Amino acid sequence: MSCAACDSKCVNVIEKFPDKTAALTAYMASLPIGPDRNLNRGLLIQSLHKAQGIFGYLPEEVQRFVAEKLGLHLSEVYGVISFYSFFTTKPLGKYQISVCTGTACFVRGAGKVLDEFKRYLTVEEGETTEDGKFSLGALRCVGACSLAPVVMVNGRVYGNVTAKKVAEILSECN
Amino acid sequence: MIDTPERLTQYAALLGDPAAKNKILVSMGTCGIAAGTTPVLDSLRAALETRGLANSIRLVEVGCMGLCHSEPTIELHNAETGQQVIFGNVTPEQAGAVLDAFSGEIKGLDTISRGWYYPEEEENVNGVPQARIALRNCGRINPEKLEDYIASKGYQALAKAVTKMTPQDVVQEIMASGLRGRGGGGFPTGVKWSFAAREKNDSKYVICNADEGDPGAFMDRAVLEGDPHSVLEAMAIAGYAIGSGNGVIYIRAEYPLAIQRLQIAIEQAKHEGLLGENIFGSGFAFDIELKYGAGAFVCGEETALIHSIEGMRGEPTFKPPFPAVEGLWKKPTIVNNVETFANVAAIIRKGADWFTSLGTEKSPGTKVFALAGKVKKVGLVEVPMGTPLRDIIFGIGQGIREDKEFKAVQTGGPSGGCIRANKLDTPIDYDSLIALGSMMGSGGMIVMDEDDCMVNVARFFLEFTLDESCGKCTPCRVGNKRLFEMLTEITQGKGTPETLDKLRNLGQTIKDTALCGLGQTSPNPVLSTLIQFPEEYEAHIVDKRCPAGVCSRLITYTITDACVGCTLCARNCPVGCISGERKQKHVIDQSKCIRCGVCYDTCKFHAIAKN
Ligand SMILES: Cc1cc2nc3c(=O)[nH]c(=O)nc-3n(C[C@H](O)[C@H](O)[C@H](O)COP(=O)(O)O)c2cc1C
Ligand code: SF4
Ligand code: SF4
Ligand code: SF4
Ligand code: FES
Ligand code: FES
Repeated sequence: MSCAACDSKCVNVIEKFPDKTAALTAYMASLPIGPDRNLNRGLLIQSLHKAQGIFGYLPEEVQRFVAEKLGLHLSEVYGVISFYSFFTTKPLGKYQISVCTGTACFVRGAGKVLDEFKRYLTVEEGETTEDGKFSLGALRCVGACSLAPVVMVNGRVYGNVTAKKVAEILSECN
Repeated sequence: MIDTPERLTQYAALLGDPAAKNKILVSMGTCGIAAGTTPVLDSLRAALETRGLANSIRLVEVGCMGLCHSEPTIELHNAETGQQVIFGNVTPEQAGAVLDAFSGEIKGLDTISRGWYYPEEEENVNGVPQARIALRNCGRINPEKLEDYIASKGYQALAKAVTKMTPQDVVQEIMASGLRGRGGGGFPTGVKWSFAAREKNDSKYVICNADEGDPGAFMDRAVLEGDPHSVLEAMAIAGYAIGSGNGVIYIRAEYPLAIQRLQIAIEQAKHEGLLGENIFGSGFAFDIELKYGAGAFVCGEETALIHSIEGMRGEPTFKPPFPAVEGLWKKPTIVNNVETFANVAAIIRKGADWFTSLGTEKSPGTKVFALAGKVKKVGLVEVPMGTPLRDIIFGIGQGIREDKEFKAVQTGGPSGGCIRANKLDTPIDYDSLIALGSMMGSGGMIVMDEDDCMVNVARFFLEFTLDESCGKCTPCRVGNKRLFEMLTEITQGKGTPETLDKLRNLGQTIKDTALCGLGQTSPNPVLSTLIQFPEEYEAHIVDKRCPAGVCSRLITYTITDACVGCTLCARNCPVGCISGERKQKHVIDQSKCIRCGVCYDTCKFHAIAKN
């Protein structure tokens, strides 16, 4: 699973992180996996949640690992990953910035906040900065609409965010 | 083990009247925690210790009270005096003052009126417009304590159903109550149950739809975080009614706290035998497992949800066959929304007649709304069906922030529409909202003011639909893209009068031909704003002007003579395109200005004009 062009950068996380692989193996061993592929498929999404929780993202070797355990084709696993926005095949930044773009935040100016983050970080929504420090994303309603517009950074909620506060929030990420 | 109805009664009696204890309730839902209730809780706990009151006053971590506008909120119950007061915007420093309030001395605290009543316990004596059934325990009990739920009549309905009623009786009672699905469609719940009940199959499923996809809505989250057992109890009742032993809760992964509280609740219920084999000694068995969503709005649609549980891409399939006939793993299945379930135990306990005494003839009971946007008092409200929108927005919500002018209220999320001021007196129920070109939806209610551009709002929802369309059918995948492009053109001043006709025609075609509910309703935000706000579309197209000053391509910022040269705007402009000497009038370099509006918002002298 390597190719000449990026050989040096290519890491097989399954081999590189035995602890993480062991954690995933243990989780999958606890599942009621049987001979019926169709029933096993019902365990796929929760396995992917677990795998992403452990590795942070779902590169091909992790997908292959999960597929083999459940007796599914890699294409089936990839098909599911690409459908659901929660799953990512690329590693995310150290700080994951999510701007809420739910309706309540939208009417209170989330668009401007998102634009300002894009400008500051020079990345688009769904991208990670080159230094791997920040990922910028949008999500729909974190349920704190009274604090709209809301920004979440690694699970911490910032309320009543304005374009002006963007720099301040970023400077707190150290 | 609580394995007989008598044990339940004894246990509840042992726990005593929940009202007979001194309590401080602290709102620990997601939004309360985000607003900072945790340090308040810690400081109250410390203050109770210091004053030696830890044993006489119970500190209760509760779910959402729904007073989002004043989080952190706490409620004080003095058992001796019967006094119950709510304080808002509480800070950790106020812990001492809160304890003083127990002795009747309220100083330096922000008192908030409760504003709702509990129809199960009290008549609507003060003419309060809110009535809590689905939210009956939210903000009143500790959701992580089974004994709190039991002390508040918990699991009595399940005991009654499985020991005193036949499955047909249960279906009949729900049918007679007229309960309609709160997930958006409004389908009669009892009828749905009867379809699944008459299927002959050893294996059937009860699914709770906790996907809550409407962006800007948080009713189901509040119920799951604040009262998870009420959903478990109702699912077991449904299982008994249709002859199913398997429950599945499909919950969105974005709700970690709700997931955690559900896991705890399921564990507790299993431990006490309230779920599992031979419930209340009746021979009826029921189990519940959790399945997680992964960020796809369309998975709220019931057939897509079922595919998602089966581990596939969450694409909807054509109905019939309906899930009640062929659902999860091809077995008869009912799918109900969280709030629908949250009503069930109360109906079984109090009876259908009681339920129909609230609300309107065709839509009995209450509805929970997540009131948000430009309203002063953002919050979670539950009102009898038939309450006029005005009472919610201007009564409970106390009108528009900064006293701006109300423009529209959006209900039904991406499937709904905008309602104008002249329709505010409409009593809301499923049918009246559809007549207004909107829909009840799941309960999101977003208030908009003069600063919101209706074209841009329609575009926002279309963007959402585009993101979330599963791509299976052409009208939705391609049609919505074209709608979105046309709306974008209009907001950029490139629209023509023909664009409006095209929007209407294409919108109607998508409605008529899309496969699932997502596509069939996706043009609603456009079509409803076209009907309700034609003048705004015209302003963009004919005058190339955005009346609300939102569409950035159509506005310019200029500095007027009111400028005193304070330099504030120049220092804040993100692209540095404002220049001027101190105490001199400043100017904006229009070629560099990105129309972010920062200067407009910062100038303290109203010296920046937007047109
Ligand atoms: C695109 C789409 C999204 C939906 N999202 C939800 C949802 O998030 N929650 C929900 O309860 N129902 C949702 N529904 C409605 C469900 O398909 C289904 O009608 C509902 O769960 C039935 O429960 P009820 O009768 O108790 O309302 C959605 C429907 C569509 C078409
Ligand atoms: S209407 Fe949209 S969401 Fe529904 S099946 Fe078609 S493409 Fe998918
Ligand atoms: S902030 Fe207002 S008053 Fe101050 S320099 Fe800018 S335009 Fe002039
Ligand atoms: S709108 Fe933004 S970019 Fe333009 S002058 Fe004002 S602050 Fe600068
Ligand atoms: S819409 Fe942003 S928190 Fe609800
Ligand atoms: S109080 Fe929890 S939703 Fe606001």
